[in-house]
Amino acid sequence: MSATIDYLLHLADNAVVLGQRDAEWCGHGPILEEDLALANVSLDLIGQARLLYQRAAELKGDGTTEDKLAYFRDSQEFRNYTLLELPHHGALVGYAVADRDYATTIVRNFLYSALMVHVWDALQTSADSTLAGIAAKSLKEATYHLHHSRDWLVRMGDGTDESHTRAQAAVNHLLPYTEEFWTVSPAETAAVEAGVGVDVRTLRAAWDALVNDALAEATLTRPQVRGYVPQGKVGLHSEHLGFLLAEMQSLARAHPDGCW
Amino acid sequence: MTTATLEQVWVALEGLTDPEIPVVTLRELGILRDVRSGPDGLVEVVITPTYSGCPAMGQIEDDVRATLESAGIAARVITQLSPAWTTDWMSEAAKEKLRAYGIAPPHQTTPDVSVVRFMRRPAADPVACPQCGSTHTVVSSQFGSTACKALYKCLDCQEPFDYFKPY
Repeated sequence: MSATIDYLLHLADNAVVLGQRDAEWCGHGPILEEDLALANVSLDLIGQARLLYQRAAELKGDGTTEDKLAYFRDSQEFRNYTLLELPHHGALVGYAVADRDYATTIVRNFLYSALMVHVWDALQTSADSTLAGIAAKSLKEATYHLHHSRDWLVRMGDGTDESHTRAQAAVNHLLPYTEEFWTVSPAETAAVEAGVGVDVRTLRAAWDALVNDALAEATLTRPQVRGYVPQGKVGLHSEHLGFLLAEMQSLARAHPDGCW
Repeated sequence: MTTATLEQVWVALEGLTDPEIPVVTLRELGILRDVRSGPDGLVEVVITPTYSGCPAMGQIEDDVRATLESAGIAARVITQLSPAWTTDWMSEAAKEKLRAYGIAPPHQTTPDVSVVRFMRRPAADPVACPQCGSTHTVVSSQFGSTACKALYKCLDCQEPFDYFKPY
């Protein structure tokens, strides 16, 4: 049972952290349509997180709730991919709202949704029937997110010199973080053995094909990746997650058990 | 509270509409899935969410509860995820009502959604303008005013309109 709970938390933390990041564009989108788009993507992701946290809380059976899991755990307890907690700009850039780079947002959403379409597709046959139900819904949403981010990736990559340069910089910055997808954590191994989870390594070829095809159409180059493997999904995060959680959790922590 | 027959419950809930699209009923949209007798004899009303994060779901559940209460019917509301809601469940009558309301109804979902082979976006069927019927339309935004809609524009009558996304 604990294998299933840990796995659900990994999936839920991914969704809630990226949902929170993408929601930062609300009111700040580069154009109105993209402001709406990112808010909608966040809504889907936070909705998925809620369903997953609800299931985890139900299995824990100790009176915990979706809100407790999202708002009252600290960064080292979060099991999301490091990729998803990074701010919307490259490394070594000042940390100001004005520095947000939409290419970084789009490339991240693309790399993540290109993975999740395969993960959700596989999880439709999970031994946990609630998770299988969540996967069937989330697959439809992830497919739409993939369409959206892929369209923009191609538009930026195959666009102006400026947009191409920024898209290539975002790919160079973010692609190394995807190495974390292909290492298997103890929680994932246990979930695969229980028939609840999917072995991500089996999805790598399909993900590669999707990414290579999109990068080629976008006239972008896939950088060589070697060395660093992030470990967010085992709780070792970058310095950015704490700031993200502080903002996300502050209201719930200021008014514990508040209901509205 | 009285024990109502299942038929009475269906009748009580028949007129309940979507909070965002008040011309179609929950039953026509496929959100109201079932009315059945629970293991303890209490009536169970089964609803299913549309999008995972649809903010109207809480309102829909409250509306169902309030309607049952005002009809004096004791029942339990159950949210069921599987099978996942799809716009294919929408009745033809509901699609016609959407069109008349100014929302282009959803196309059938593509049967082969094998995302493993998903590469480039397949050419989509044209979406007809609900105002003038022209298929000379263009997407202005893949996301619209609610989770379930995209924003289109008609190039003939120049009207912007919502398209209910196939899901």
